Amino acid sequence: MIIKVLGPGCANCLTLERRAREAVDALGLDATIEKVEDFPTIVGYGVLATPALVVDEKVVVSGRVPTTAGLRDLLSGRAA
Amino acid sequence: MTVAHRLPPSVGGRWLALSAVTAAWAAAYWVNGWLWDLLLYDALGLARTARSTETIHFFLYDSIKIVLMLVGIIFVVTVLRSYLSIERTRAMLGGRREGAGNVLAAGLGVVTPFCSCSAVPAFIGFVAAGVPIGVTLSFLIASPLVNELAVGMLFALFGWRIAAVYVLAGLAVAIAGGWILGRLGAQRWVEPFVFETRLGGQVVDSAEGLGFDERVQMGVEEVGSILRKIWPYLLAGIGVGAAIHGWAPESFFADHAGRGNAFGVLVAVVVGIPLYSNAAGVMPLVLALHDKGLPMGTLLAFMMSVVALSLPELILLRRVLRPQLLAAFVGVVGAGIVAVGYLFNAVLG
Repeated sequence: MIIKVLGPGCANCLTLERRAREAVDALGLDATIEKVEDFPTIVGYGVLATPALVVDEKVVVSGRVPTTAGLRDLLSGRAA
Repeated sequence: MTVAHRLPPSVGGRWLALSAVTAAWAAAYWVNGWLWDLLLYDALGLARTARSTETIHFFLYDSIKIVLMLVGIIFVVTVLRSYLSIERTRAMLGGRREGAGNVLAAGLGVVTPFCSCSAVPAFIGFVAAGVPIGVTLSFLIASPLVNELAVGMLFALFGWRIAAVYVLAGLAVAIAGGWILGRLGAQRWVEPFVFETRLGGQVVDSAEGLGFDERVQMGVEEVGSILRKIWPYLLAGIGVGAAIHGWAPESFFADHAGRGNAFGVLVAVVVGIPLYSNAAGVMPLVLALHDKGLPMGTLLAFMMSVVALSLPELILLRRVLRPQLLAAFVGVVGAGIVAVGYLFNAVLG
């Protein structure tokens, strides 16, 4: 699973990255987490509001930071 | 464990829980109203008119009042705004002409949930959807300028007329500012890559598929995250406010920035632009300066210049706007705010 955190590096983006990592660890998923800070690429995903989370090239969250628990539900659904 | 998990499972139970929280909030607000009078004046026997007592009273009473206001306002605004999104706003603005488009964009800028860290992707997205640059700029000016926290707190502390005046003035600056920048040919000064970027695939609506529980959850989290972010500003603001309240000579500010000084508004805006705080941090200052006799127009201008133009946002916008446009942006918005200050000093007397 490839997880990408989209955002220019603001506080919300860092929080999202940290929570995504926590969720991945808690689920014991085999996933890599990448950061995408380049604006044309971010917009290329159809994302207008950062931070956003992309799982296997599909945007699953945009413009908000879900809780770690919320991310766990989200990721476990994707992994199955 | 999320709030949504902790909420009672039945719909009736949920309303009950929300009502209980609301009642607790109201009770805290009410207690704050007389507790400090009782404690400071009656129990401790401090003199009501002494400077030190005034300072302590302002610090205790007003800081708690402002924090309570903030908690309530942030929660309600976040839940309400979760029904809107930048993507829906973009869809509404697509293909609009200048003029009417500027008005709509400024209005949507106030109500759309938007963090200035999203300014760049939003800008690119708007342009890709065919929204004229001037209309896009109206949105970007209105969004921080008419800050929902500022509106709520002005309403709570100064009444609905001042709050309404602030909203209308902010909208006017955003509409006129975006329109003027559009007329000046802002197009030329946008970084070329913006026009080459294509929006990929389906635009994702960030407000889609949220249940009421999630919206409540977002409200609670937003309260926590904003308070964590602003408490140093808030504390500094209340501290300075309390000091001004108790110690600054009655006539000091009135002499230097009051009605008598023709440059008062200009000074307030020039001081306010580099100050990077937020609506919550500025409010205790505004409150204290108002008590010291500064005219409301000057104070509104000061507050607007602090919240509307901030260095971090300008640095982000520099990625899509050339320096000429950035300078024009600061100039037009700054001039608009100064105009608002003088106008309201004249009208509000």
